[in-house]
Amino acid sequence: MESKVWFESYKWVPSLDINFDFRLDGLSLLFSLLITGIGSFIFIYASSYLKGHQYLDRFYGYLCLFMSAMLGVVLSDNILLLFVFWELTSISSFFLIGFNNDSNESRKSALTALGVTGLGGFFLLAGLILLSQIAGTYSIQQLILQADQIRGHNLYPLVLGLIFIAAFTKSAQFPFHFWLPGAMKAPTPVSAYLHSATMVKAGIFLLARFTPILGGTPEWSYTLMIVGGITMLYAAIHSLFRTDLKGVLAYSTISALGILTFLIGLGTEAALIAAATFIIVHALYKAALFLITGIIDHETGTRDLTKLSGLRSVLFPVFIAGLLAALSSAGLPLSFGFIGKDLIYEATLHADQKIAIFLTIAAVLTNVCLVAAGFLAGIKPFTGKLPHRFEKIHLPYKSMWIPPLALAILGFVFGCFPGIIGDYIISPTVHAVAGTAVDFHLKIWHGFNTVLILSLVTLAAGTGLYYVNTPDHKKMVFVRRFNWISPHNIFNKLSDGFVSFSTWYSATMHNGFLRSYLLKIIIFAEALLLYELIIGGPIYIDYSKLSEISVYEAVNVFILMAAVVLTLRTSSRLTAVVGTSVIGYAICLMFVFYSAPDLAITQFTIDTLTVVLFVFVLFNLPPFLNFSTNNSRTITRDAFVAITFGAILSVIAIKVLQVPTVIETSEFYGKYAYTLAKGKNVVNVILVDFRGFDTMFEIVVLSIAALGVYSLLKLRLKSSERE
Amino acid sequence: MRSTILQTASNYLLPILLLFSIFLLLRGHYYPGGGFVGGLVASIAFVLHSLAYGTDSTMKILRYKPLSLIPAGLIIATLSMFAPVLFGLPVMTGLWIEQPIPVIGMIGSALFFDLGVYLVVIGVVLTILFTISLETN
Repeated sequence: MESKVWFESYKWVPSLDINFDFRLDGLSLLFSLLITGIGSFIFIYASSYLKGHQYLDRFYGYLCLFMSAMLGVVLSDNILLLFVFWELTSISSFFLIGFNNDSNESRKSALTALGVTGLGGFFLLAGLILLSQIAGTYSIQQLILQADQIRGHNLYPLVLGLIFIAAFTKSAQFPFHFWLPGAMKAPTPVSAYLHSATMVKAGIFLLARFTPILGGTPEWSYTLMIVGGITMLYAAIHSLFRTDLKGVLAYSTISALGILTFLIGLGTEAALIAAATFIIVHALYKAALFLITGIIDHETGTRDLTKLSGLRSVLFPVFIAGLLAALSSAGLPLSFGFIGKDLIYEATLHADQKIAIFLTIAAVLTNVCLVAAGFLAGIKPFTGKLPHRFEKIHLPYKSMWIPPLALAILGFVFGCFPGIIGDYIISPTVHAVAGTAVDFHLKIWHGFNTVLILSLVTLAAGTGLYYVNTPDHKKMVFVRRFNWISPHNIFNKLSDGFVSFSTWYSATMHNGFLRSYLLKIIIFAEALLLYELIIGGPIYIDYSKLSEISVYEAVNVFILMAAVVLTLRTSSRLTAVVGTSVIGYAICLMFVFYSAPDLAITQFTIDTLTVVLFVFVLFNLPPFLNFSTNNSRTITRDAFVAITFGAILSVIAIKVLQVPTVIETSEFYGKYAYTLAKGKNVVNVILVDFRGFDTMFEIVVLSIAALGVYSLLKLRLKSSERE
Repeated sequence: MRSTILQTASNYLLPILLLFSIFLLLRGHYYPGGGFVGGLVASIAFVLHSLAYGTDSTMKILRYKPLSLIPAGLIIATLSMFAPVLFGLPVMTGLWIEQPIPVIGMIGSALFFDLGVYLVVIGVVLTILFTISLETN
């Protein structure tokens, strides 16, 4: 089926080839519809869920920001633009997850999520830049045209690895999955939105988007199948141990993401069709289940599965929604989930014969657990006897229970009429991912075959598992025994280590003592210069090039050295100040001898003003402590550093003489100072004309410094403002 | 600590140093000098006066707070930076009047830029020094 593509472009940074290029093809359309469609339900739902919340306005602001960022990700045709939006989703989801900012745990989860996804973003940028270096373009369409060249390139495995890390962190694949359950601290509408349709699907989107560029190689397929396979099994089994409703949903979401990664890795046409269908199936039932969880939490105040039961009599429409969503998740015939599950089995069965059997077993096992998890979340709270304490519960506003009900019903509408979705959305999507037009139609019924048997076995086994597996806190305790090897724990250890390293670093490197800073700066400069000198080759002195030492210079140097000794030996601060100013003046004289009048005059005035400044503040300074006169170890250390520095600089001065002078720059200024800037004093022309911007910023900086001094000294705090 | 010699000397030195600073400012484009050095020399003139007579009386001579020189200087520098835009030229292009003016010499946007630097430097130095001197006494 021919699919139409829309393209819009606005200039942003044309010189760097970064533009707002938006392209709407099948894949973008699928995701855009999920983002805006589920997003609309979330907007309606949140209006009652967070009714009267102090920061409702802020919430909607974040949500809109996030929604636009997601749309940007799926519509970008420029990979750098895609990256910008990708980062925006990380940042805006950070705000959303940490929305309850007065809770410590909520802040911590938000930080973990930002840390993991932000790290992924970092790798993504590296991968995208490498990719553009290989192909010489930022445009996804251009990249697709050069796909063969990219796959054959030496750097291909590196690019692949970087992009995989980005996708795996975002889509919570093992071993980066741990941020997702943590992110459940967010208000439920956020969890529903982020984890059913948007945030975590961005990684899947990335993989799908890059399939025509990077896909099809063994590296691509096996990595994705292995990572996706581990994730889907690991998370599906994990979800059964949870007692928190949101925990069950979180792990089943991770598992679903694993299935999607796995299918994209499989990469056959059937697999891609299955992936595209499963994205919609999962978004519909998972969003519904999350919203239902939100209602239960909102009304009963708990999400603990061991305490919830019998709610069907008080929350009947919610129960219907939960039942439909759970059945779609389980893949009951006539539900959209049934078609999704069929397609998955279809894909695994028709994979390479050697591995088809293993893939199918993995898919069946995962799905069995997911069936049970879906029942646990969608049916379990409503069955059984209603506890006394829940009897007074009443149905919430319509705007809360209609969205999940509508989503759950849609799951069955699409299940009964799969043609609508199949022809208008899935087919263009697969076209966009596979690169070639595919001819297929989704059907309700595939006839009696292996797939159907597998589906029914899954359903039966899942239902059985649901009855066998009752939620119990004891199982959580069992799971916790393995916490020490969990990726989450390792990540936390790493971040704790980083924090203590930073603390140590700040305490030793930024201790607030000027003398310690100076020492470190000079030692560092010494190390750099020494390295440069050592690799720079031999040094010799060409005596013929040296000019003779005149009497003035000799006298001047003598004065300078005397002033240095005086400054070092004195026990009076005033003498030390005068000593340093004598050093300054002596250096000015040197400038005069070697015809640098501008420099000399400036240094002269600055030295004068420094002395005046010292005189003004002298009486307010603490008693003079000459650190180097009372501790022999300090003296030795400082003397060593200082003499080394002097020696190195002297050697460099000699070396400068033997390096041929690069006179291009000075020639340029000499030549053009008059013709271009009508000045004869090159120094001044550089200051006010050639490098006028620098001067402008310098005077601004000076002004800020003056304002700082002024306001600090004039600051008069009231007694109540003092700490 | 009031020294009659210093006071008498600074009476003469203040105008002479100020004149010298303007001289430095104007000649900067051709010979050693310029706005920065000029500004420093002018500041030294006032600082010398304040050492002789006390900061309070120097503030009286100045009439305006030295702080107000900073925005004035920044505005002049910025205007001279953007003046070429009015003539359709890129920012910071040098604009010059063809014929030299008696006494002052060549006039161009760079001179005004330097004047801005001159004022900012005086403002910054005097603000810092006088604030410290007044606050610490």
